[in-house]
Amino acid sequence: MKNMMNRVMKGAAATALAMGVSVGAAQAQDDTIKIGVLHSLSGTMAISETTLKDTVLMLVDEQNKKGGLLGKKLEAVVVDPASDWPLFAEKARELLEVNKVAAVFGCWTSVSRKSVLPVFEELNGMLFYPVQYEGEESSKNVFYTGAAPNQQAIPAVDYLMSEEGGSVKRFVLAGTDYVYPRTTNKILEQYLLDKGIPAEDIMINYTPFGHSDWQTIVSDIKAFGSAGKKTAVVSTINGDANVPFYKELGNQGIASSDIPVVAFSVGEEELSGIDTGPLVGHLAAWNYFMSAESPVNDEFIEKWQAFIGSEDRVTNDPMEATYIGFNMWVKAVEAAGTTDVDMVRDEMNGITYPNLTGGIAVMNTNHHLTKPVLIGEIQDDGQFQIVWSTPKGVIGDAWTDFLPESKNLVADWTAPISCGNFNITTGKCSGQNY
Amino acid sequence: MLRIPVSLRARPVILAFLALSFLLDLLSATPSRADDFETSVAKLNDQSFTVKEEAVLELVQSGDDRALAILSALQDGELFSHKKQNNVIVFSQEIDGAPHAIDVLTAADLGEHGKRDLKKITINNKLRGALKAALGALRLYSKDPDTRIAAAKAVLANPSPEALPLVVEAIEKEQDDAVREALDMAQAALLLTNGDAEERLAAVGMLSGSMDPDVWQVLGRAAGQEADADLAAAAQAALASIENQKSVYNLLETLFFGVSLGAVLLLAAVGLAITFGVMGVINMAHGEMLMLGAYTTFVVQQLMPNAIEYSLFVAVPAAFIVTGLVGIAIERSIIRLLYGRPLETLLATFGISLFLQQAVRSIFSPLNQPVTTPDWMSGFYAVNGALSLTYNRLYIIVFCILVFLALLAVLKRTPLGLQMRAVTQNRAMASSMGIRTGRVDALTFGLGSGIAGIGGVALSQLTNVGPNLGQAYIVDSFMVVVFGGVGNLWGTLVGALTLGVANKFMEPWTGAVVAKILVLVFIILFIQRRPRGLFALKGRAVES
Repeated sequence: MKNMMNRVMKGAAATALAMGVSVGAAQAQDDTIKIGVLHSLSGTMAISETTLKDTVLMLVDEQNKKGGLLGKKLEAVVVDPASDWPLFAEKARELLEVNKVAAVFGCWTSVSRKSVLPVFEELNGMLFYPVQYEGEESSKNVFYTGAAPNQQAIPAVDYLMSEEGGSVKRFVLAGTDYVYPRTTNKILEQYLLDKGIPAEDIMINYTPFGHSDWQTIVSDIKAFGSAGKKTAVVSTINGDANVPFYKELGNQGIASSDIPVVAFSVGEEELSGIDTGPLVGHLAAWNYFMSAESPVNDEFIEKWQAFIGSEDRVTNDPMEATYIGFNMWVKAVEAAGTTDVDMVRDEMNGITYPNLTGGIAVMNTNHHLTKPVLIGEIQDDGQFQIVWSTPKGVIGDAWTDFLPESKNLVADWTAPISCGNFNITTGKCSGQNY
Repeated sequence: MLRIPVSLRARPVILAFLALSFLLDLLSATPSRADDFETSVAKLNDQSFTVKEEAVLELVQSGDDRALAILSALQDGELFSHKKQNNVIVFSQEIDGAPHAIDVLTAADLGEHGKRDLKKITINNKLRGALKAALGALRLYSKDPDTRIAAAKAVLANPSPEALPLVVEAIEKEQDDAVREALDMAQAALLLTNGDAEERLAAVGMLSGSMDPDVWQVLGRAAGQEADADLAAAAQAALASIENQKSVYNLLETLFFGVSLGAVLLLAAVGLAITFGVMGVINMAHGEMLMLGAYTTFVVQQLMPNAIEYSLFVAVPAAFIVTGLVGIAIERSIIRLLYGRPLETLLATFGISLFLQQAVRSIFSPLNQPVTTPDWMSGFYAVNGALSLTYNRLYIIVFCILVFLALLAVLKRTPLGLQMRAVTQNRAMASSMGIRTGRVDALTFGLGSGIAGIGGVALSQLTNVGPNLGQAYIVDSFMVVVFGGVGNLWGTLVGALTLGVANKFMEPWTGAVVAKILVLVFIILFIQRRPRGLFALKGRAVES
């Protein structure tokens, strides 16, 4: 009987450990600050999100080496939402209620962000979201350190239409069938129409997640591009569907000088799975490239490769966004002298931190960053060569000016507005935060 | 990874050319022209792409023989500026196993250079287009007729007025008919963009009926012209007639796409046709067998990095053995205990599939693994401008047929096949005839799994090799087997091809998402009418 009890106790302790509530945690709470890491470590998104989990762990490690924060050690609580959107909400609740974390770094897909939003607003948590997204949102409890559409999509299209980018007159908007590409393409379509591109010169195409048979679509693009006007593809194709897409482009002999493809979801990490020889010259728009020449970037890459233990591992844009978000939070906590969410949030407004490309990132009152926009061409070593960049940082716009339903909306989380969707014509806040 | 062999191959040619041209230059060049040339070359290292483009045009017009080598190196990304030696423009060449910098102007060896001493001279897409045309113009006099044809096509694709005198001269000298034809087309394209009204109309006549997409571009530009209504009308008429011809080829192309998709489906499903179709095991781990086959390809390529071209020939038997053994292990340890209990089998195999996925994630990392496509599988065979067949798809169709025939032969012509069929048709009778049914079950499941592994090798060439590879194909595989008729290999073949072709014919109208949904709806309705699929087995085995 005693044996039995022992076993039960051990089992309970193990379960508690596994859930991240170690027995010692209660006593240790005073000298550690906990932060949550909410990235999928299994399932379809594991490919992208695992890297970000490692990035946060590296940043925590580094901060602790510098003596921690407010004299306390930082402790990362890692949970695995397993690419399952409802599970994201459950895990977020667990982090905030059970682990009492001071801030959470996490989410990749927009649907996972939408799933955790109500939890963060209800429990007044703080989320740092590090991925480029479709905009049309600004929550009091979220800081968006990835690009809004005006920091990626619009400048990329401007570049294509410029003389330097090849004076493109005809556009294929190709994307994966979900909210980010659909919204981005809606914005881009309106923007192109406003710029005088006729509707028949815009082709829009959606494919399912993980699409692997690109023959028909690539052949259609080829046909669309042989009508006498310079054509380009604007790709919001997500995740690993890109690999077979680019392979098919190469196989059907579409060179970047004929029909360039500019992608918003293809970075160094995605390219590390393919032979980029046939892709040289295709483009990507980001706020960061691993090839950016600056001392902070060199240092960051060196630390990352040492932390992960491989010289082959690359860095990418969402990693930079995580880096900026983490360091801004550290700075804000130091300024506030506490990890209290409300006080840290007030300090976050207008806070600055050097980004990795050599400039300064600013957190605006709409909870979006000011960052430079870069266009890079794929090289045969899987890296990007920066061919164009905005002369200075671009302010992230939460509500796009190119859609009728959102052009009158602004987000400003400082008094007197303090609203994520303030209508400047009616002077009212809709009251809904997301 | 490709860079080293290519540059090694290109290097002696460039250098020989350089030395030769340098000698010629010493004999003929006048000093002032040479100075201009040097300034133009120095301009290549400018920050601005516009200045670089000017420099490229100047180099073409210089008539200097060194221009060709310099511009082709620039196009291939093998032109550098030397950071330690006043940013002179250099090639990099391997001499006695060490990289040396070679001055492009004097061909002088500037000595060994370190990894970070050279800075690549960068180009962008616009410059890339200009370079292609410039090199085309320079290569019009190449010794090799194929190079001359390619050069004429490059001029056609990017017609700039500077090329016209060069093309006219080349036509006069040209002996080869095929090359002359290409040159005539290039001249027409140049005249269409730069000639007078009469020349332009004549050019449209010359270009009409061509099946070259670059010609369509040129005609399309002319058709969009508003200044000259006659010309626009003529160009539009030419394009309309081309459009008619194109539609036939487009049909053929769609058919090819459909067959190739069918072949992929068949490769993915044929293993399941054995484990599910013949044995009746609802095998949810089938997708993971495909995945293991693809990972075997990756491992084989890691083991033989210098023989990627042959790696697939090793990977096919290796994948068969690996996944076959895994299949036998699964059958002996788990499925054996669950025969006749389909629900439990379904759950158990689903568990195995999750287990295998996570195992691969732990061993290889959750990231996708790079599987290289051998050179012989890249590129396409162009029937004409409207119809080109990609090599990887062609090979996969052929491979698929071979696998299918081999499997048929095993089932119909070997003792093992005979025993398999005997056991599945009447287990008790087979057992009493002295067949060791347990052993046959294990081998059958191993065969099905092994074939799935081979399918995985093929899939590794088309899609991502990652832990989720199998999930993407498991539904398709079941669809094919159920549609074709359980237990019938020919049914699987016909089912795969039908679904592939139907999907591809619908896709242009409905888009990829809806096409897939329609196929699914169609199968549901079809199964309502014919629950046993296209080719239903008849007889006692079915009733039992």
